[in-house]
Amino acid sequence: MLLPTFADEKSFNYLMSTTTTEVVVTFETAKQLGLLEDEFEKIKKVLGRTPNFTELSIYSVMWSEHCSYKNSIKLLKTLPREGDKLLAKAGEENAGLVDIGNGLACAFKIESHNHPSAIEPYQGAATGVGGIHRDIFTMGARPIAALNSLRFGKLNEEKTKHLLRGVVKGIGDYGNAFGVPTVGGEVFFDECYSTNPLVNAFSAGIVEVGKNVSATSYGAGNPVFIVGSATGKDGIHGATFASADITEDSAEKLPSVQVGDPFQEKLLLEASLEIIETGALIGMQDMGAAGIICSTSEMSAKGNSGMKIYLEKVPLRQQNMKAFEILLSESQERMLLVVKKGMEDKIQEIFDKWDLNCVCIGEVTDGDRLQYYMYDELVADVPAESLVLGGGAPIYTRESREPKYFSSAKQFNINNISEPNDIRAVAEQLVQLPNIASKKWVYEQYDSMVGINNSSTNAPSDAAVVRIKNSNAALAFKVDCNARYVYCDPYKGAAIAVAEAARNIVCSGGEPSAITNCLNFGNPYNPEVYWQFENAIKGMGDACLAFSTPVTGGNVSFYNQSSDDGPVFPTPTIGMLGLIDHMKYRMTLNFKNEGDYIYLIGETQNDINASEYLANICGVKLSPAPHFNLDEEVGVQKAVKDLIRKKLINSAHDCSDGGLFVALLESAIAGNNGFDISTDDFFRKDAFLFGEAQGRIVVTVAEELQDELIKTLAEHEVDFSMLGEVTDNDLYIDGEKFGAVSYWKDLYENAIGREMEY
Amino acid sequence: MKFGVVIFPGSNCDHDVIHVLETVLQQEVKILWHKDKELKGFEPQDCIILPGGFSYGDYLRSGAIARFSPIMDAVISFANSGGFVLGICNGFQILCEAGLLPGVLMRNGNRNFVCKNVFIKPSHNDSAITADLDLNKAYKIPIAHAEGNYYVDAKQLSRMNENGQILFRYCDENSNVNDVANPNGTLENIAGITNARKNVFGMMPHPERATESVLGNVDGIEFFRSLISYAGKIEIDVMDDLLR
Repeated sequence: MLLPTFADEKSFNYLMSTTTTEVVVTFETAKQLGLLEDEFEKIKKVLGRTPNFTELSIYSVMWSEHCSYKNSIKLLKTLPREGDKLLAKAGEENAGLVDIGNGLACAFKIESHNHPSAIEPYQGAATGVGGIHRDIFTMGARPIAALNSLRFGKLNEEKTKHLLRGVVKGIGDYGNAFGVPTVGGEVFFDECYSTNPLVNAFSAGIVEVGKNVSATSYGAGNPVFIVGSATGKDGIHGATFASADITEDSAEKLPSVQVGDPFQEKLLLEASLEIIETGALIGMQDMGAAGIICSTSEMSAKGNSGMKIYLEKVPLRQQNMKAFEILLSESQERMLLVVKKGMEDKIQEIFDKWDLNCVCIGEVTDGDRLQYYMYDELVADVPAESLVLGGGAPIYTRESREPKYFSSAKQFNINNISEPNDIRAVAEQLVQLPNIASKKWVYEQYDSMVGINNSSTNAPSDAAVVRIKNSNAALAFKVDCNARYVYCDPYKGAAIAVAEAARNIVCSGGEPSAITNCLNFGNPYNPEVYWQFENAIKGMGDACLAFSTPVTGGNVSFYNQSSDDGPVFPTPTIGMLGLIDHMKYRMTLNFKNEGDYIYLIGETQNDINASEYLANICGVKLSPAPHFNLDEEVGVQKAVKDLIRKKLINSAHDCSDGGLFVALLESAIAGNNGFDISTDDFFRKDAFLFGEAQGRIVVTVAEELQDELIKTLAEHEVDFSMLGEVTDNDLYIDGEKFGAVSYWKDLYENAIGREMEY
Repeated sequence: MKFGVVIFPGSNCDHDVIHVLETVLQQEVKILWHKDKELKGFEPQDCIILPGGFSYGDYLRSGAIARFSPIMDAVISFANSGGFVLGICNGFQILCEAGLLPGVLMRNGNRNFVCKNVFIKPSHNDSAITADLDLNKAYKIPIAHAEGNYYVDAKQLSRMNENGQILFRYCDENSNVNDVANPNGTLENIAGITNARKNVFGMMPHPERATESVLGNVDGIEFFRSLISYAGKIEIDVMDDLLR
């Protein structure tokens, strides 16, 4: 198997330490930069000559998995990407753009920062947050909400605690200072993520329709500005680093990890948004992976033009940086601006006000050549189109093979698991498992309220509800993926991730609108990993069609595997946007009144497949994905939407991780109430209470509206059952007292805190 | 009365305060830039607000750089002439660094940033910001900070207690001031203070985050209303003086 990784560290370091002219480029050089032989030949053909070292470096990053999506783009294009409300095509801008009414649009996207976080959790996570916010405000939108999706190894391991502490602090320090609230997220623990944690960051922003900015460049003679932080040697070849497995030597790639400065980014945000108002902008793009080279080539390719860039003009953090280092640096908090000629002073004035660098480094040219100069020497001369995704970057279909484990998973039989005698003891254990317990220890370290739009602080719901100022409307956001399900069955698991995100939006009173995805997988050159990828894409696509939630963009992160642990669970994280057209229709999850009846909408199953209970209490790691039927799911969600619109219910909460018991408990804790329910003898008690069959929602209804509720549910032809009622304080199951809600609250809310504080 | 809201580089609660004052409370607001050297057109019954955020990134001690911003000389003169100044969160930290308020705000006891709803209890009604507050009520107000652990030496503390300079203390939802309700290790559960003249106020909790029913909490609005109504009375006094 040919892995795109550096052949050996010494020669890599040698290459990095010599000047461009000293290196005679051969295929060996290309291989050390992670290029394949075919790719090297292709570069020679494009240029009509052998590239010099700087040019080779350019191709190596632009054709890296991270920038080119070469092993994924073919499949990504099979996802549904059309919708009336989409204002930007998937992948064409830095983030998706959805019309949300009132003359406004929402820009949103999720992105991974896994590899940097594995090595330097604090900076890795911080710059992940910084990068995703930049993607949003580079489109002219002011970020209003952040979410994140995190995955680590087992929490009781010291290494995991170190990573969790660092990542949470990194996200907090960056987001809190930048001033965008973290309104939601998920944290999942499994040993497969022990060496390779996943850090996926989501941001959403709002822009007036028509004021959004494109990442384009045109108009020969228009000046090109670099603004924001100075350029240093941090993060050189970061994109290439992200495109290889994590190995023992990965820690030596520390210079590939960038350093974040939320203060600079805050200034950059304010200055960038002010620039838009001047009308001087042609286009703008942030610098993330592959820095100047990526932004200059993508903008030029988009606007069908070329550029001349004078690298010696770039403000530097350190002396004697070489041309390829300046081109490839991934120093954070920088933007590339193409400006209308004659309006340079306007730009300069605004950046002076915010005390930020703003330097003209070149100009737009006719044709398609990107020409980079360093003190009059032409150091690289390449066609823009040849570098980018959708242009000359290579596209592959990889070999795919059903993994051996997949058929073994199907062998699982629930009858081989004996039913527990002490249901209460199991429930107590379950609610304290890190995957189930409250993530309070994590989210209290994030500023969740700055911006005064988060409407979930005092009214919790399944998705985060963020009001839109000066309107009655709100946005609902959710990130979701149960990667254990995806591992057990990639097709079903990915479809469930979409369905569950939609269910959460619906339970909050919203209408699912569109998704962004962050596809975290192992090495695509491993046929079994590629099979997981292929099937997850299919499942996601089918579910997106069913919920009318097109894919607006996102990112792919391959090579999430380590020499010790193998590939991580396939983890296609879904970030979903929903619309609540009027706040009077928002719904919350907390129980409201003693005496309200509790109903379960959706079908109960004798199913414990892939549940937290089966995996982490029974210790069975391999089973099929839980029960899931897309049509049933759509029906249940429609019915609940109708109940909310008709004002028939007082709360709605979906059954997900931990099953019905956990759903009931969460509603009880949030409402400071108890519940009294009965199980059904037709089902195993463990399946009834802890099974994770999909498509189920717990609602409560006032006694006088019960008939109306039943009538509506019957019209929708969905399954439902009455479970019991809300009590003042205590929990009862089948008449047995399970204790007071305060007792359960302490177990649930403080389990992770107790583990982290020793 | 009118308000001036100072924007420092890195302020991030500036627009929240402006929104609450202009949209929710229908007050006149003038936006002030940290590079301004003077406060033009402000009278002693007006109020300058230093909002929350991370001025200059707070990479040094919080507020330690912002206090050298050009506008701070003008804010100090304004305070010395009797004008109202309110610092919220980072603004409180800046006021301590600038010497307009006594004491310091140290790193939270557990060294973590903390953001959550807490309850605070006003100590008395003898200041503009507490005049109309209910002394028996636990006000639910959010906090969001890493450095809110207030400290002052014992001698000063007893003087502050005697002078009524402690404005708010963290408490539980039943108004009990106890260790469990202390979110950051702060001395005597102190959440907000004033100077001896009682025209400069600093508080770590964010009342501007609790002023709209759509956000599910309006406890914070009373703090602004108290200030506005108190300042209104001063205006009437001034008018009376002029008429006399």
